[in-house]
Amino acid sequence: MDKRFRKRVFFLALYLVFAILPVYWMINMSFKTNEEILSTFSLWPNDFTLQHYRTIFTDESWYSGYINSLIYVGINTVISLLVALPAAYAFSRYSFLGDKHVFFWLLTNRMTPPAVFLLPFFQLYTTLGMMDTHIAVALAHLLFNVPLAVWILEGFMSGVPREIDETAYIDGYSFPRFFLTIFIPLIKAGVGVAAFFCFMFSWVELLMARTLTSVNAKPIVATMTRTVSASGMDWGVLAAAGVLTIVPGAVVIWFVRHYIAKGFAMGRV
Amino acid sequence: MKPVNQKAWLLVLPVVLCVAFSAVLPLMTVVNYSVQDIISPERRVFVGTEWFAAVMRDEELHGALLRQIGFSLAVLAVEIPLGIALALSMPATGWRSSAVLVIVAISLLIPWNVVGTIWQIYGRTDIGLMGAALAKLGIDYNYTGSATDAWLTVLVMDVWHWTPLVALLCFAGLQAIPDAYYQAARIDGASKFAVFRFIQLPKLRGVLMIAVLLRFMDSFMIYTEPFVLTGGGPGNATTFLSQYLTQKAVGQFDLGPAAAFSLIYFLIILLLCFILYNWMQRVGTASDAEVSHG
Repeated sequence: MDKRFRKRVFFLALYLVFAILPVYWMINMSFKTNEEILSTFSLWPNDFTLQHYRTIFTDESWYSGYINSLIYVGINTVISLLVALPAAYAFSRYSFLGDKHVFFWLLTNRMTPPAVFLLPFFQLYTTLGMMDTHIAVALAHLLFNVPLAVWILEGFMSGVPREIDETAYIDGYSFPRFFLTIFIPLIKAGVGVAAFFCFMFSWVELLMARTLTSVNAKPIVATMTRTVSASGMDWGVLAAAGVLTIVPGAVVIWFVRHYIAKGFAMGRV
Repeated sequence: MKPVNQKAWLLVLPVVLCVAFSAVLPLMTVVNYSVQDIISPERRVFVGTEWFAAVMRDEELHGALLRQIGFSLAVLAVEIPLGIALALSMPATGWRSSAVLVIVAISLLIPWNVVGTIWQIYGRTDIGLMGAALAKLGIDYNYTGSATDAWLTVLVMDVWHWTPLVALLCFAGLQAIPDAYYQAARIDGASKFAVFRFIQLPKLRGVLMIAVLLRFMDSFMIYTEPFVLTGGGPGNATTFLSQYLTQKAVGQFDLGPAAAFSLIYFLIILLLCFILYNWMQRVGTASDAEVSHG
């Protein structure tokens, strides 16, 4: 028993090292000077510098990327939740014509390769005169975030007993008042998890965000794909920018850590 | 059972409109392109199914499709068992559980191109930890030159990136198993393996299906990570379907063939998705019936 337990801990530790090392290596690099990165191999920065972070926080072409990303990710998360909340309620509480088909159709959108839609999105947003705007990227990302939000919220809502709805209606609550003042507070955790996943998937997506923007709404992920300067690749700045892209996710994950696992599997375990 | 209420459609309508705008409308545009030869925005010729025929005969596409299927299967073969093993060894309660959860989940939160960047550095023999370590061990490793090395690097990167998803799903599944099951097993004197085979694995079936579905679909659409890591090379050893499509559509601006290819790609995914979804439902209900009878 004890031996098996030790084996288990050893396996877990091995995996955690495998998980952490690549990230550690990037953090390590972001504090090295470019000379040190390219000339010597060292496990920690010998010549500790904050130069790369300074570059990012002072150069507008860098920090504006973060701001642009946060803007469209924010818009996307808000829209996704606003439309997904009532729909998830409908799916969890009622049956109606074609409900299962619509639910499956929504899921297929989650599984459509973004590459398929690049061309039409380009055409569509050019026609609408919305190219290179934050709202264009936010709308494009609805493609995979709305189905996901509906899916997660539906799971959490199905966990709330239907008697609560019925009691509220008997007590004379109207639907909007019941939904906003009683129901949403009950599924706070679910809303948090759904918001987290919308935030995350919009934050990490590159292909559409890069295609739909050029200057004004250029996201950080697109800025990062071209850091080749006259002197070659600027690895230090690239590593620092990478570290900074992990920060928002790492902050949010701490708040929802008890619900992450549940969020994915809710209603299906 | 849920009450029938057709007015519920009003609640679903905003979602349908949103998704129609961001999925159906673009899809119609793709259909429109796929049957035309677009010489310039003003001059276009209707060509019927010519592009579809051309795409079906495209040797490069066949190569990309085979590579894609091979890659997706390899991803499943490694990530699913590893994810289960990881979930089984994660502590279930206390601060250790929180800490492990956060560390395990962190790779999921990294933007996909940063994942590519990390591994691009990590695998370099001169400045990367993994590359340098492999070189020290005397292994001739070079992911920019050797097709095998590149392919393996992309696979390891994907395992690093997405195994946590499988692990988190299984972890949630394991936590949902009532204690009574384990007590019964203890009374029967069941071995660890028997507990896994007859209690944990059947109970995990539901979440495993989601994990398989998500991992299969997502690996079938992989684009950003190999694009940043290898750029599809060397040669086209790591050019998967999405990347091939993007090259055609954005790079060469071949609208017609790219659209026809998009539709075929979409249909392949839809078909696989439909089969997996139905299989998932059937296996799910079959196992429920088993439990309630047994």
